[in-house]
Amino acid sequence: MRTVFTQEQLGPVGQMGLIVLLVLLVLLLASVLVAILRRVRPHQDLTELVARVKSWWCMASLFFAIILANNTIALACFAFLTFWALKEYVTLLHTRPADHRSLLLAFCAIPMQYYWIGIDWYGMAIIFIPVYMFLILPAQLVLAQDTQGFVASASQMQWGLMAFVFGLSHLGLLLTLPLTAPVTVHGRTLLLFLVFVVEISDVLQYVWGKTLGRRKILPLVSPNKTWEGFIGGIASAVLCSLLMRFLTPFRIGETLLVALLITVAGFAGGAVMSAVKRDFGVKDFGQLIPGHGGMLDRVDSLCYAAPLFFHYVRYFYT
Amino acid sequence: MSPAALPPMTTRYTWRDFVQMALFTLLVKPFLTFCIGLRVRGAEHLPRTDPFLLIANHSSHLDTLALLSLFPLSRLRHIHPVAAADYFERNKVVSLITRTACNILPIARRDITTDNDPIPRMIACLQAGKSLILFPEGTRGSGAEMGPFRSGVARVLEHVPHVPVVPAYLVNMGRSLPKGEYIPVPFFCEVRLGVPQQVQGNRHEVMQALEGAVRQLAGESSA
Repeated sequence: MRTVFTQEQLGPVGQMGLIVLLVLLVLLLASVLVAILRRVRPHQDLTELVARVKSWWCMASLFFAIILANNTIALACFAFLTFWALKEYVTLLHTRPADHRSLLLAFCAIPMQYYWIGIDWYGMAIIFIPVYMFLILPAQLVLAQDTQGFVASASQMQWGLMAFVFGLSHLGLLLTLPLTAPVTVHGRTLLLFLVFVVEISDVLQYVWGKTLGRRKILPLVSPNKTWEGFIGGIASAVLCSLLMRFLTPFRIGETLLVALLITVAGFAGGAVMSAVKRDFGVKDFGQLIPGHGGMLDRVDSLCYAAPLFFHYVRYFYT
Repeated sequence: MSPAALPPMTTRYTWRDFVQMALFTLLVKPFLTFCIGLRVRGAEHLPRTDPFLLIANHSSHLDTLALLSLFPLSRLRHIHPVAAADYFERNKVVSLITRTACNILPIARRDITTDNDPIPRMIACLQAGKSLILFPEGTRGSGAEMGPFRSGVARVLEHVPHVPVVPAYLVNMGRSLPKGEYIPVPFFCEVRLGVPQQVQGNRHEVMQALEGAVRQLAGESSA
């Protein structure tokens, strides 16, 4: 079937319009299904589900508003998102009084990282946290002269910076990626593809898990993840990614492979963050998003998927 | 007078009140929401009328700001955090800031004479219909463990037993801005409010009840 949705024919405005339309349809479908479910099963407690869908409407609208604005606004918003995520992580850590100044330094890394991205200094953005912050943070921590728990503090802060600041900043890197011709897509559309596929994979894993879930996949890490949810969710998300192919320069087979890569990476990210939560003894990272938890509960998959997707695209398309 | 209505206010707004309200709207509340991330539990226990006595654990300068931010702006001028004059009025600049931004009731901690005795001052404030925020530990603690409560609060309540005491417990303030630091680290902080109580019994029983109320709030997990 020859589809009319090829990126050459659509142009940037058409691509944006189409993705907005598609996401709107998905959200409407979700709301309608929840409404039907409330009629059909009036005795079942669906408050969490209703809250989840409402939050999806809010998050999708906010995300589109941010993406469709100019790059500076989008990067500032991503910086705020990263700040909130790091704040949720740091709140759960066991911090010592001696860590105070180093934590400040870690938070200062956020605007700096997004500044490097904003001025298109890729080399700096990619080594700032893994090399410079990695070396500077423990050196600064030494000044507090509290060696009891030194390694734990330094490690946990660097891990947080890598996982959340460095990982999530790849969203900003993707947004500003200078793709080379003959590609006619923009970094922005690739970002939409990434976020859509990862989030739809989360949602579908949840749905498949809730309806058919039986055998737990990582029972000691995450009690809600099941094999049925994992396989069903990933497979259906990979198929859905074909709908979004117009946002990417990929061929059909490549789209499926890339989607598989990012959905599996997303699952790994979710599992890792679940393990982190278990370690801290909490159920959610925070309470920002009704029905979902904290900011990190929503972006944990992206922490893993974003860097892998970005570097794939950068390797093959720039 | 119905419980929901505020008592008739005889004091009008002064320029200081407007500055305080502006500071809270433009600086304090956005800071506490976005930088710190303040969460409130037990907001239904927030007293709706003056006077009341709010007691809390103390580990940070942020404590006072966080507690004041819970109230509607129009009530800020009737709520006075009790603060040590030797620290919070140590020079003209600090004095101006604390009196304007927080409406503190300055009290003496040392060299107490009949003139600057803090207990009659606090009693007079409550009897005039104003509310107080008091930190019975007397000073900022480490944040991890609560120190022993000083008995001053029981001595005050002996003279104004009709004033309800609202216990509060603050979480993570001491991690965010501990003693000795000047820049707060972003953490999610929490204010837990307990049921307002009317105190009864002798001084010792009152102190036990109040300390127990705050410790009980401390023991709740932040689920």
